Amino acid sequence: MSPKHKLQNRVKGHGSAPGGQLLAERELRRVIDTVLRVAKSTAAEETEVHVDETCDALTRFANNAVHQNVAEQGLTVSVRTVLDGRTARAATNRVDEDSLRAAVEASLSLARSQPKDPRLLPLPGRQRYRSVDRFKKQTAALTPEDRARAVRRACDLAIKNGQVAAGIFSSGQSQMAMGNSRGLFAAYRQTRAEFSITMQEDPAASWAKANSADVRDFDPQELAVRASEKAHLAANARELAPGRYTVILEPAAVLDLVGFLFYDFAATALEDKRSCLNDRIGTQLFGKNISIADDAYHALQLGAPFDGEGIPRQRVVLVDRGVPKNLVYARSAAKRAGKKPTGHGFALPNEYGEAPMNLVFSGGDTSLEQMITSTDRGLLVTRLWYIREVDPYEKIMTGMTRDGLFLVENGRVTSAVRNFRFNQSLIEMLRNVELLGPAVRATGEESFEMVVPAMKIRNFHFSEVTKF
Amino acid sequence: MWDLSTHAIDTAKLRGATYADVRVMHLRQRDLTTKNGQVGTLAQSESLGLGIRVLANGAWGFSSTDRLTREGVMACAAQAVSIAKASALAKRSDVVMAHEDAYIDSWQSPFRKDPFEIPLETQLDLLLAADAAMRVVKGVTLTETGMQFRKIDSWFASSIGSRIHQSKVITGCGIAATSFQGDEIQKRSYPNSFGGQHALQGYELVESLELLKHAPRVADEAAALHSAPQCPEKKGTVILGGSQLGLQIHESVGHPIELDRVLGQEANFAGTSFLTLDKLNKLRYASDIVNVVADARLEHGPGLGTFAYDDEGVPAQCTDIIKDGQFRGYLSNRETAHLVGLQRSSGTMRTESWNRLPIIRMTNISLLPGTWSYDDLLADTDDAILMETNRSWSIDDRRYQFQFSTEIGWEIKNGKKTRMLKNPSYSGITTEFWNSCDAICKFDHWTLWGTPNCGKGQPMQTMGTGHGAAPSRFRNVRIGTAFSNQ
Repeated sequence: MSPKHKLQNRVKGHGSAPGGQLLAERELRRVIDTVLRVAKSTAAEETEVHVDETCDALTRFANNAVHQNVAEQGLTVSVRTVLDGRTARAATNRVDEDSLRAAVEASLSLARSQPKDPRLLPLPGRQRYRSVDRFKKQTAALTPEDRARAVRRACDLAIKNGQVAAGIFSSGQSQMAMGNSRGLFAAYRQTRAEFSITMQEDPAASWAKANSADVRDFDPQELAVRASEKAHLAANARELAPGRYTVILEPAAVLDLVGFLFYDFAATALEDKRSCLNDRIGTQLFGKNISIADDAYHALQLGAPFDGEGIPRQRVVLVDRGVPKNLVYARSAAKRAGKKPTGHGFALPNEYGEAPMNLVFSGGDTSLEQMITSTDRGLLVTRLWYIREVDPYEKIMTGMTRDGLFLVENGRVTSAVRNFRFNQSLIEMLRNVELLGPAVRATGEESFEMVVPAMKIRNFHFSEVTKF
Repeated sequence: MWDLSTHAIDTAKLRGATYADVRVMHLRQRDLTTKNGQVGTLAQSESLGLGIRVLANGAWGFSSTDRLTREGVMACAAQAVSIAKASALAKRSDVVMAHEDAYIDSWQSPFRKDPFEIPLETQLDLLLAADAAMRVVKGVTLTETGMQFRKIDSWFASSIGSRIHQSKVITGCGIAATSFQGDEIQKRSYPNSFGGQHALQGYELVESLELLKHAPRVADEAAALHSAPQCPEKKGTVILGGSQLGLQIHESVGHPIELDRVLGQEANFAGTSFLTLDKLNKLRYASDIVNVVADARLEHGPGLGTFAYDDEGVPAQCTDIIKDGQFRGYLSNRETAHLVGLQRSSGTMRTESWNRLPIIRMTNISLLPGTWSYDDLLADTDDAILMETNRSWSIDDRRYQFQFSTEIGWEIKNGKKTRMLKNPSYSGITTEFWNSCDAICKFDHWTLWGTPNCGKGQPMQTMGTGHGAAPSRFRNVRIGTAFSNQ
């Protein structure tokens, strides 16, 4: 029996369990070995293989009922070959030997079509990785019925309170493995659960969201209660004039703004002179209360302990007490800079190099309530929306507040406020942070998840107001 | 493929589904980029799989798989039915869909040159030559070029008897030059930002764009922007170039007319819409000269929203959205059409891939051409800022208040294009802005722009949409807000 048939037999039944079931790691290794064996009989001098598999499910609700409910299962094999100083990648989701051979040959054909790249490095050899445990059986076992029942409870709460609920409850599992012709092999799997809810009390709304590898880390009903209470508070919003305000940004709002800084810490971005840190490394750019690290091993982070080149991820201090200190480096960027790779590279070939994907901001010890109590006049911001970069060097971002903007007067929330547009430099903002809350795993819609605190910030610039 | 589809539908019906539709899709993609004279990305991919959507116990379920065996398809269909039954645990009413006929058809999008048959060397040579032509300009610190080609084959089958095969070829390409000087980064792109122009065409699109001819100008402008004056902050007249207006249409007309948003189905993520049902046929959306259609038919042009049938088996249509300034229509699917009392879906259900549920998406949402020649429009303008090529875009979650900035601006004084302005931006409220439109250029200046990166849905789906637009003039617009008080 050829490897093709063995694999197909083992794959049999895959996808039949509720929400799907991942292949055993040995099956991924078998796919990788098949590709490497096939590639040996071609002109490829070196070969790298990535295998990614997902089994995800998502229950979506609106108008107090489930209206979309989906599940997906898929596996992708991606092959990079190296030939005479040239490289290219081809991917397929078919795992029979003929399709894998076709992917190898497609990769070679692409590679041959280009000029030599004098900066192309040989593939890395075997590496050692720290183990991380981010696969939780309780999350993997979640069924459509489990999700529907939780959604039903949240919708019943909305109905009881005269509100309308919308949101998602998703769960899934994924794994990746990579190997190359120099003997490198890396594998990782994780689970992920997420609940997000918007409660609408026309014309107001509010929102709460959480995600984690472990579905037991959050309570959907608790999030529903929080969103419901804030939606009620958000009713009867008054209009304030645009201008500069002290703001208290909840963690999700902080995340969605500071998330736009991540690529600025890529060594390649500085080489390309498109980073806001060009000519600013080592300067007191932010306030002394701002420290940022990239740390894939942080207890509140998710993600693999290796990068797209198979290099182990390192913890990197990016900003120390307001001073940008270090960058992250893929292998090629590291060689050009005379540094060691930090394990943040993207799968090659690509033009972006690398980026820190596990940002952790140092927090403080001020609670959200204490921030409110300490504020004479300011705005409490639940969430931001549609954030885009207006100026890449001053890092001016624009966007809207959404789902709960509140006026704080004399240490307490006094009313809801109509939503504002902001145009605010992130650099200036991180100089104006007065208080920090404890850093938490935050999740929003504009940026990938990070560990960030709530922040109280002075002189935040709102330029216009909308109609609700 | 039809055997697999039939097998999936039969399994779903056996398990209790009252309706099922299946999409088998084969997607092929090739990406080429260069940066600073070196090849950046050089990759291709293919993906083949099946997604099945079912109604059971009055509720929806969807499942997808890349296991295209009899067993794999059976398991997938069975899972879709069990998911639908779980959905029914939290339903408020049974799903009902507007009537649609069954169709058996096959359609191929027209193209002259298959981009996958053009030698890669030819494609890379062109990109590297354009890259080199930009790099020779002093002050340019980063050059980028790219091409993207896609082939999408889909086989749609439904339990009402439809069997529709569609095959599409999509091409995109563009170039960009960036300049970092002092404390400023400036960028120019051609023919549009964020990857250039994209259309339902073959390699002939690339050839028509004359990248080498435009590369030196793009680079010159990127470097020259540093010494240009800042766009002032004021209220005044704005002339928008076609590609920027295309994005303005996308954000302030295309999204608010999506009926799923209007009905609250996107409230948690993409947002809702100010276009509540009471506004249909009553709201003065725009000035009298503004006519906007949602047109997925091939006769509208080779847009990213052009097809023969949507992913729910409904034929492509042209729907009036704004007629002589009045709000006339929504984008709907069979379910939402029934919910609001329409006889028929407007045919806008689209899916990114076999593993995604079709949702309401823009097709080609286009501003119909006006009567002005471009030269006459400039000559008729005493004082304005011409803004070209999008740099940033943002709008609130009900689509009222927006702000856009563009890569470059030009001062128009006494009918003439005069000096260059940097960092242009404008903002406003959707209906006030569209009501201030007093001139639209004619068909000679009209382009069906492609927006390849429209995100919507959970799980997120990226979709290509088309937006026909010609340069147009707007009065009494707030200008320069993005950089105010910085």
